[in-house]
Amino acid sequence: MALENWQLGGFGLYIHWPFCQAKCPYCDFNSHVTASINQDRWADAYLNELERVAGDTSDRVLSTVFFGGGTPSLMPAKTVDAILTKVSDLWTTSNDFEVTLEANPTSTEASRFRDFRTAGVNRVSVGVQALNDKDLKALGRLHTTTEALRVYETARSIFQRTSLDLIYARQHQSLSDWEAELDRALAFAPDHLSLYQLTIEPDTAFGRLWDMGTLKGVPDDNLAADMYELTTDMTADTLPAYETSNYANSGSESRHNLIYWRGGDYLAIGPGAHGRTTFAGKRTGTVAWRNPGMWLEAVEKQKTGDMTIEDISQTDRETEYLLMALRLREGADLSRLSDTARMGLEAKIEELNEEGLLLRSGDIINVVPEKQIVLNAILVRLLA
Amino acid sequence: MTELSNIRNFSIVAHIDHGKSTLADRLIQETNTVATRDMKEQMLDSMDIERERGITIKANTVRIDYRADDGQDYVLNLIDTPGHVDFAYEVSRSMRAVEGSLLVVDSTQGVEAQTLANVYQAIDADHEIVPVLNKIDLPASDLDRVAEQIEDVIGIDASGAIPVSAKTGQGIHETLEAIVQHLPAPKGDPDAPLKAMLVDSWYDAYLGVIVLVRIIDGHLKKGDRIKFMSNNTTHHVDRIGVFKPAMAEIDRLGPGEIGFLTASIKQVRDTRVGDTITHEKHGTTDALPGFKPSQPVVFCGLFPVDSAQFEDLRDAIEKLALNDASFSYEMETSAALGFGFRCGFLGLLHLEVIRDRIEREYDIELITTAPSVIYHVYMRDGSMVELHNPADMPDLTHVDHLEEPRIKATILVPDEYLGDVLKLCQDRRGIQEDLTYAGSRAMVVYDLPLNEVVFDFYDRLKSVTKGYASFDYQMTGYREDFLVKMQILVNDEPVDALSIMVHRDRAEQRGRAMCEKLKDLIPRHMFKIPIQAAIGGRIIARETLAALRKDVTAKCYGGDATRKRKLLDKQKAGKKKMRQFGKVDIPQEAFISALKMDG
Ligand SMILES: Nc1nc2c(ncn2[C@@H]2O[C@H](COP(=O)(O)OP(=O)(O)O)[C@@H](O)[C@H]2O)c(=O)[nH]1
Ligand SMILES: C[S@@+](CC[C@H](N)C(=O)[O-])C[C@H]1O[C@@H](n2cnc3c(N)ncnc32)[C@H](O)[C@@H]1O
Ligand code: SF4
Ligand SMILES: [Mg+2]
Repeated sequence: MALENWQLGGFGLYIHWPFCQAKCPYCDFNSHVTASINQDRWADAYLNELERVAGDTSDRVLSTVFFGGGTPSLMPAKTVDAILTKVSDLWTTSNDFEVTLEANPTSTEASRFRDFRTAGVNRVSVGVQALNDKDLKALGRLHTTTEALRVYETARSIFQRTSLDLIYARQHQSLSDWEAELDRALAFAPDHLSLYQLTIEPDTAFGRLWDMGTLKGVPDDNLAADMYELTTDMTADTLPAYETSNYANSGSESRHNLIYWRGGDYLAIGPGAHGRTTFAGKRTGTVAWRNPGMWLEAVEKQKTGDMTIEDISQTDRETEYLLMALRLREGADLSRLSDTARMGLEAKIEELNEEGLLLRSGDIINVVPEKQIVLNAILVRLLA
Repeated sequence: MTELSNIRNFSIVAHIDHGKSTLADRLIQETNTVATRDMKEQMLDSMDIERERGITIKANTVRIDYRADDGQDYVLNLIDTPGHVDFAYEVSRSMRAVEGSLLVVDSTQGVEAQTLANVYQAIDADHEIVPVLNKIDLPASDLDRVAEQIEDVIGIDASGAIPVSAKTGQGIHETLEAIVQHLPAPKGDPDAPLKAMLVDSWYDAYLGVIVLVRIIDGHLKKGDRIKFMSNNTTHHVDRIGVFKPAMAEIDRLGPGEIGFLTASIKQVRDTRVGDTITHEKHGTTDALPGFKPSQPVVFCGLFPVDSAQFEDLRDAIEKLALNDASFSYEMETSAALGFGFRCGFLGLLHLEVIRDRIEREYDIELITTAPSVIYHVYMRDGSMVELHNPADMPDLTHVDHLEEPRIKATILVPDEYLGDVLKLCQDRRGIQEDLTYAGSRAMVVYDLPLNEVVFDFYDRLKSVTKGYASFDYQMTGYREDFLVKMQILVNDEPVDALSIMVHRDRAEQRGRAMCEKLKDLIPRHMFKIPIQAAIGGRIIARETLAALRKDVTAKCYGGDATRKRKLLDKQKAGKKKMRQFGKVDIPQEAFISALKMDG
């Protein structure tokens, strides 16, 4: 029997932990600083949510779990353990089951790594962000470079798979600064890197400074583009880009994130989490209450953390698929679109192909790797 | 019907904001013409746009019944005229229908440019003039200074000027008495054949065309068969009435009276302002001198942002033109903008009013192209063609020379800004004709090319004088000059909607400014875009818009695909507000913004 569309992407579970020790000035993720957390209530809420979302999907094989944040490495290990135990009660898990947890590189987190592993986490992504103390301070981080690298080494000794996050195109960073920093990161021989260009987001401390004109030294688009090209070149041999901002050697890609990018199904629990599930060809999107207090209350009183559940139309599904899949080096598979959608795209694909922006071979289209840096402009051309 | 000796017909002349409409409201209120509960502010400004902008566009009329201190009952007919220079010609026409004027001057401000322009028209029409010094309730009011100014600058006697506050009502009674005592009664022969002046006309959805008339001789009754003498068309009169200011039907109008008639006329174009109306049978043979129709002087292209709305735009323009004979239009096609209309207006305000009405009343978003004036192009073979659109400029090898329209501009400005005003006029190729002082204000008269004024002169004038200058102009005629057509090339292709006529000596500077502006206005594309200004085949300015280097969402927000979809929708909406030209998207506002001069 042919696989259903979503099955070509896979099936995973996302769990959002919304708390951090401090709010970083650039961050617009759903992360909050709270004086105290009633850990038992929170743990119960996650367990209840798991049971709820398992309802319709208990017959599926789950291949990934991702603890994202916020700072999930601040979760009590016993909560992670309880969640993962419940997960294996509720679903059959795949042989290559991947369980990732995002970690901040301070000693608090490192001390929990062994327990996380025992609980079932087999991959951590460490938010090192910069390899220079002055910059870490400017980014509002609570760790030094030495500390971060020590935590990263600890992680590598404990988990099968690790990844390291860096933010570049930072204030006052030159092309050669970044070249040196990336060289150093590659020298650790990681099997996965997430390299994000600093984005100034509205409603963050950096966003406000930017609007006032007092955020100095942010690289302009030309420098940022040069940095992106340099990154593509430097990683090409050992950790080629497999997504706009993600680099890995073959087989070490984040399988969870691939589910998003390949248009798979994913359940999502925790404040602000977004899920997508498909039943009998009908796709549904869920969004949980974003505010942690409201989410907790909703779970306890309404028995669901979801704030909205909406039907994703065929057109929207196809748009989302292209928006996500074209971030991948492997590209998008046109055979996953309806005939009408395909026909509507043909002329534009040809045009973008002629302009050297899009590649095509059979049903597969992908963005020319060096042009990923203008992906949004390409997407508007393709989909407008 | 009223005895001639008990009729007074008058208009009010004033600079904008000096209180013309407020004074009219007070006169209406004081005489109980409208029940207090039905009063609304600015009774006579009937269109939304008029009320909003505080300007009068069409002439409006009100008949006021007044029992004077002498115990007699009078009929006072007020024609409220447009105050803006664009409609100066309509003012002069309306003034022919009345015998006197109230000259309203804000006593905190003094005489301004439009005060002068309008009062000269009243003097031209042989009006008796009663000066009214308004806003005496304000502390800054300076009656002596302003009275002296009226005598010095305008040269009329201000000893009988009436101090008024249109706000509090002080002096309103005195104003009514002055109208009765100082303004002349109309003359006319009740027994002569009907002779009436067609003062104005407009379209009403229920009644058809409404014709405002002033009876000179004879009588006009409901049921009469009348003749328009200019074209000998005849009509049956359905209705006769007066404005109070709402329409009130009456049986007949006699000499000296002002009122309206309807006669199932379908189009405003069938009625000629200034025409003589008489009876079909036993009519007069002696027509009034008549007026020439007002001619559009400013032209621009109007295109729908959404090209699917072209037919809606045609419909809107046709409807508006029905009611406005001074507005002209013809279809235009532009390579950049598709199908639209080249429209002619009396001036920039007229343009804005029409454009606003199309956008608002018909819900059509518009792209407006650069306003242009009419050039006279003299060909080698001795013929002359009128050029309304730079895109239509004939091949230069056949052209002998060009002439452009000139104006006489009068500007009144406080001393401290005089230098800036002179510089502005000089920059716009002006020739100074006069410079005099009235107290601490200077009055400068400049001969200027209209094309330097139509676009943003008034805005610039206001900004360099912090709003303290007043401005008025008259067309004076055509003069030869070294004018060239400048084209703008975007990505090596000429964009017709951006072509302008410009003086040869200023072409390079304008070209450079436009290229720089466009470089900021056009978003970056995936390729670099040359933006050039050219005269004939010669490039005179060039900028390069660098290629887009970065436009990406670096981070992944978990599975939040909705966020990405919303971003796409936003970008798509932005793209829709642009016009595709070759491979380049040009935002709609660029067609006007590129022309604005900052210096
Ligand atoms: N204080 C004061 N304000 C007045 C007087 N007459 C008019 N105004 C105000 O001046 C402004 C312009 O008046 P308006 O009648 O619209 O002027 P128009 O442009 O000549 O028709 C409005 O805000 C009026 O309220 C007055 O006698 N005293
Ligand atoms: C969900 S965040 C949180 C992970 C973890 N709490 C941390 O801070 O290390 C995941 C990654 O997004 C990246 N990131 C967050 N905000 C960013 C921004 N404004 N610009 C670029 N990258 C950003 C950081 O590299 C971060 O590690
Ligand atoms: S970057 Fe990470 S640690 Fe900083 S506020 Fe955001 S989620 Fe929390
Ligand atoms: Mg007014």
